[in-house]
Amino acid sequence: MKDNRITGAIPRRSLLKAGLAIGGAVIGAPALAIEAPNPENQAPNVPDWSRYLGDGVAERPYGKPSAFEAQVVRRDVEWLTASRESSVNFTPIHALDGIITPNGLCFERHHAGTAVVAPADYQLMIHGLVDKPIILTLDDLQRLPRINRIYFCECAANSGMEWRGAQLNGAQFTHGMVHCVMYTGVPLKIILEAAGVKNNAKWILAEGGDAAGMNRSIPLAKALDDCLIAFKMNGEALREENGYPARLVVPGWEANLWIKWIRRIEVGDQPWHAREETSKYTDLLQGGTARRFTFVMDAKSVITSPSPQAPLKHHGQNVISGIAWSGRGAIKRVDVSMDGGRNWIVARLDGPVLPKALTRFYVDFEWRGQDMLLLSRAIDESGYVQPTKAELRQHRGVNSIYHNNGIQTWHVQPDGGVENVEIT
Amino acid sequence: MCSRTAGLRMSKLPKGAVVPFIGGMIIMGILVLLIAPENKSLPPPGGELRLPEKSQVGRAATLQEIAGWDIDIRPDGAGLPVGSGTVRAGETLYNEQCASCHGEFGESAGRWPMLAGGDGSLATHDPVKTVGSYWPYASTLMDYIRRSMPYGNAQSLSHDELYAVTAYVLYLNNVIEDEEFELNQKNFAAIKMPNAANFIDDDREISEKQFWQPPCMTNCAPGEARITGRASVIDVTPEAGQAPKVE
Repeated sequence: MKDNRITGAIPRRSLLKAGLAIGGAVIGAPALAIEAPNPENQAPNVPDWSRYLGDGVAERPYGKPSAFEAQVVRRDVEWLTASRESSVNFTPIHALDGIITPNGLCFERHHAGTAVVAPADYQLMIHGLVDKPIILTLDDLQRLPRINRIYFCECAANSGMEWRGAQLNGAQFTHGMVHCVMYTGVPLKIILEAAGVKNNAKWILAEGGDAAGMNRSIPLAKALDDCLIAFKMNGEALREENGYPARLVVPGWEANLWIKWIRRIEVGDQPWHAREETSKYTDLLQGGTARRFTFVMDAKSVITSPSPQAPLKHHGQNVISGIAWSGRGAIKRVDVSMDGGRNWIVARLDGPVLPKALTRFYVDFEWRGQDMLLLSRAIDESGYVQPTKAELRQHRGVNSIYHNNGIQTWHVQPDGGVENVEIT
Repeated sequence: MCSRTAGLRMSKLPKGAVVPFIGGMIIMGILVLLIAPENKSLPPPGGELRLPEKSQVGRAATLQEIAGWDIDIRPDGAGLPVGSGTVRAGETLYNEQCASCHGEFGESAGRWPMLAGGDGSLATHDPVKTVGSYWPYASTLMDYIRRSMPYGNAQSLSHDELYAVTAYVLYLNNVIEDEEFELNQKNFAAIKMPNAANFIDDDREISEKQFWQPPCMTNCAPGEARITGRASVIDVTPEAGQAPKVE
């Protein structure tokens, strides 16, 4: 196989560094990080791919992204956790567009690694305050009425490293614990009604089959409202790292509740106060009290490009692209500021605007190489306006870890490089 | 058999016939997209889906099956297994199976969770959230150990070992003070944790009501914005050029 495909491609980072050096030498002419094409492949020359046969249809029984997209992968931050089995990696949101996250790029958060469950072995037990305790197989689940819904799924700790200040240089790391896919699944209501929920029931406990036995208490009203037991994402079976063969979907609420490899639902009359709803996933406020059962994800947005991993490369016409979402419903509006929040314009929402799903926004603009402080601000259908980080800290202090939905600032520099900053 | 028949039929179609058919499908698809109502108008999940009255969903779960998986424990003691264990027995077990990560005194080895200490730190700039300083219920500790510890060998402890190691972690936190103390399903619910009263239910929609105000659009703050912090100064971002190995 000819491997001239990579010829001429210099890693963006080294170019950026080179650009900075040149920028220092030639005053007033900062170098942008434009990748140089291979002249042999440019008109009027005829490149190899126009002459020779490519791979046949048997080469890719399951297709993968182009080799040129090899940098678009989930990444982790090694210093963040003690072990990679109880850790997280991040969706490369800086390189994605639209509202759907490809399955292989959905962030992973495990507490005891990925459980591998054979579909034939899968069981879902429903018991507790029900008339008939039942066990369903995967086949049983897939014979029940099913629906399709697009929802975002955001870890409560997304942006958690940024409470005390700008820390990580990349939208992937600051905001990448979110993904959005179309789920196919059975409304939990149908399953609970089949088991017959007793009158005194108020909560459910959802439990995973992984080695963490991940367990969370969820109000029964939510379980009967819009929760799903999902077995497909974006049309295909769930990925193992996302709960194969079945997971709980809890629309608009923090991702830790979306129990993967779900094996058991117990119906009860009070919450269980499990470790992940007491020791973790509670929000420590200034003064030492902590909020618990903070399920809903507040409205949030981030500009995904330009961002530190996606610098501007050309003067003239450019696109600001970003995502917004809210656990309280649909996004109503997104505002963008280019001057550090002094003045705002209304961004263009494009693609489906669905409740509790990512919504894509754009601002088409002209860039002349000026310094910019880029911000975005989401407003949802409840009227909630994404707060600044300062406003959030004023209410909660800096020890919450979870639920940081403060407005992100990107500093765009004259060479096109972008940095995560905090501003007045 | 069915799929083989369908395959044969496909292969016998004249080659040219398939293309306009697929083309037609695409055009139809676009039309459907154009006239499809917004997803918002769909009924809520489960709202109108109903199973017939007598439908069989799954099969009955037996008491024995439930007993094998029903491992949760609540603050009121519901779910406690029958058993007992002393602080002293727990110390031996802890040193063998827990101390390598959590430290001999619960102080943590490396970056694994601290189990003890941090008293009075929650309101400071550097809160230390441990079982003793933060966790509201002792049942949480036992429920968590029962389902997920020791890390990498979950659900391996006997009921007596579970009581013993729980008692020892409570002892490390001065919640239990007598090293001869024996914890069991009868005295468990009497154990109170020091920080239990400091948790409040989610009140964001009241305490943060100001976030529901229409925002400013022009001249929202005086002067030019000034940069007060930069991620590049801390420089803890993984190198962008180093992607993890993928096949």
